[in-house]
Amino acid sequence: MNGDAPVPATAAPAAVDLQSILRDADVGSVLEQLDRDLVGLAPVKASLRRIAAYLVVTRARRQLGLEAQPPSLHMCFTGNPGTGKTTVALRMAQILHRLGYVRKGHLVAVTRDDLVGQYIGHTAPKTKDVLKRAMGGVLFIDEAYYLYRPENERDYGQEAIEILLQVMENQRDDLVVILAGYKDRMDTFFRSNPGMSSRIAHHIDFPDYTPDELLEIAQQMAGQSNYRFDAPALAALREYIALRVTQPHFANARSIRNALDRVRLRQANRVFDDALAGSGSADADALVRISESDIRASRVFAGGNAA
Amino acid sequence: MRLTQGTFSFLPDFTDDEIRAQIEYALGRGWACSIEHTDDPHPRNVYWDMWGTPMFGLKDAAGVMTELAACRKAHPNDYVKVNAFDSTRGVESMCLSFIVHRPADEPGFELRRDEGAGRNVRYGTRAYSAQQAPGRRYR
Repeated sequence: MNGDAPVPATAAPAAVDLQSILRDADVGSVLEQLDRDLVGLAPVKASLRRIAAYLVVTRARRQLGLEAQPPSLHMCFTGNPGTGKTTVALRMAQILHRLGYVRKGHLVAVTRDDLVGQYIGHTAPKTKDVLKRAMGGVLFIDEAYYLYRPENERDYGQEAIEILLQVMENQRDDLVVILAGYKDRMDTFFRSNPGMSSRIAHHIDFPDYTPDELLEIAQQMAGQSNYRFDAPALAALREYIALRVTQPHFANARSIRNALDRVRLRQANRVFDDALAGSGSADADALVRISESDIRASRVFAGGNAA
Repeated sequence: MRLTQGTFSFLPDFTDDEIRAQIEYALGRGWACSIEHTDDPHPRNVYWDMWGTPMFGLKDAAGVMTELAACRKAHPNDYVKVNAFDSTRGVESMCLSFIVHRPADEPGFELRRDEGAGRNVRYGTRAYSAQQAPGRRYR
């Protein structure tokens, strides 16, 4: 090889078997599982597919010696609470691991408290400790915009950002950083930290769920813990979601999960009361079924706020 | 005189890749790694200076290697070793400890003979390098 041509002159493996990369990494099954497990989120799934394709192709290019630099993989997930950012980050770590972009594939989820210290000299060791733990995997910084507090000039968050930037730039093959937070606040964060913005290659926006998707999520969650809505309950749940969406502090799938937890409490209470009243034994169906009254009892229908 | 202390000390010096592989092994067993350095290589000197705190909860050797690079840069003329500590209840002890960095010039040890009562000879060793004040050795 004389090195003046980008493609090896020997041209021995002039073609790379993309199929074999896909098969070895088994990315398809992760993407399929993602499609199956996560309701809605079509744009997110599309972005994820694009990134996965990019990673596969980059790996093929590296095998042919066309690519020397490891690609920048740091990402930013923006969206309202409960839209599945952490879940997708977990899957992302899996995909990156299977394709060999991170060595271990674990996810370390942190917030500002884990990175920023409380006094001078506390921040650097704390941030470095978190970074060391995340190496070989993915560092997920939830509500990353809190790292930057413009109102306090001496805030230690800036120090954490600087250390983070240094590692993001110099140790790209050691860890992947995913920032997450509300869209508008992350935009402000990036505007005031151009260094951070320029080091993040992929931005993925998580849309809010539609009421239909929320209903599907509720059914999926209930199904996973062996509960079933009967037909009137399902209608009541649809009404519940329509009301809940308009209320403050609505956190998408998380609100649904909380609502479901309360519904289960009420269902248990009802079965228990029935048993005390001497209605005989509760069969499996009674234990599994969630009835309309369990949902109608919610404060949301009374015009109150669900927590 | 080449210092032989700890595990692997009779083998040729490890390359970074070999050090990384050893650390991976330690992390795989659930041991926590720490880095220590000293300029007094006497075998009875068990108190080496700590380079940062022990690193618990690591999954990958990259974190230890980063610290090791920083320690080497700050103390190029010290001995540096990597320790692996097993925190399992009932074990709670060092399971692996090996030197990963040594000064370019190692003068070795002086054999001292002190004559005591009744012409009794007490032998002792002292590192030539330790004959200067701490911090000024291996310059």
